[in-house]
Amino acid sequence: MVAQNIVFGVLAVAMGLAAIRVVTTKNVVHAALYLVVVLAGVAALYILLAAEFIAVVQVIIYIGAIVLLILFGTMLTRAPIGRASDLDNDQRWLGVVVALLLLGVMGSVLADAFGSTKLPKAPQIQRTGDVGLSIFQTYVVPFEVVSVLLLAALVGAVVIARRD
Amino acid sequence: MYLNQFLFLAAFLFCVGVYGVLARKNAVLVLMSIELILNAVNINLVAFGLFRESVAGQVFALFVIAVAAAEVGVGLAIVILIYRNRHSIDLTEVDMMKG
Repeated sequence: MVAQNIVFGVLAVAMGLAAIRVVTTKNVVHAALYLVVVLAGVAALYILLAAEFIAVVQVIIYIGAIVLLILFGTMLTRAPIGRASDLDNDQRWLGVVVALLLLGVMGSVLADAFGSTKLPKAPQIQRTGDVGLSIFQTYVVPFEVVSVLLLAALVGAVVIARRD
Repeated sequence: MYLNQFLFLAAFLFCVGVYGVLARKNAVLVLMSIELILNAVNINLVAFGLFRESVAGQVFALFVIAVAAAEVGVGLAIVILIYRNRHSIDLTEVDMMKG
C-alpha cells in the first residue's frame, strides 16, 4: 500500500507539471512531447488501478496514433516549430480564473462526497478476458455504434480535407 | 489508496485542459488541451470501475478512447481546411460568425 502511494505521488507530480507545461509552453512541438509525458503517466495510473488492457490501449492509441496525428497537423499547418510568442490569446487571465474556480468547485464537491472513501483493499480484478466478454455481451450495441462512428469519422476527415 | 486521490488528479488535469482551451489560440494546441480533458474523464471512469468492482468503467474508457481518436481525426481535418483557406490557424481570426 505504501509503495502504491509513493508511485502515485511521483506520477501525480510528474503529470501535473507536464500538463501545466502543455498549456503554457511557447513551443508547439515541446507541447506535444509534454503531452506524451502526461499520456504515459495516465497509462501508468491505469496499471496502478489494475486495468492493464486499458493501459496498453492508451499507449497504442494515444501515444502511438493521436500524438502522431497532432505532430502531422503541426507539420501540415506550418505551425511555428521553434519558439513563438503569439500562442496565447488575450483571455489568458480570464482562463486562469475560470480554471481555478472550476478546480475549487470540483475539489470541494469531491472532498464532500468521497472524503475518506478508500478503494477496496483486495478488489476483484477485472481481467482483459472479462473486459472482452463484457464488450461483446453486455455492451455489444454501443460497440457497434462506436465502429460506425469511427467509419463516419474516417470518411468525414477524408471529405473535409480533400482538395477539390 | 483513497478513491479521492485519483479523482483530484483527474479534476486537476481537467481544469488545466479547460485553461488550455480558453487561453490558447493555435488550433493544434487547443486539440491537445481537449486530449487532456478526455484523459481526465478516463481516469475517473477506471477509478470508479475499480471502486465499484465493475467492468463497465474499463469498457466505457475504451469507448471514450475510440471517440477521442475519431475526434482528433475530424478536428485535424477541419484545422487543415482552415489553414488552406486562411493560411493561418489562429483561432482569434476565425470570427465570421460574430455579428
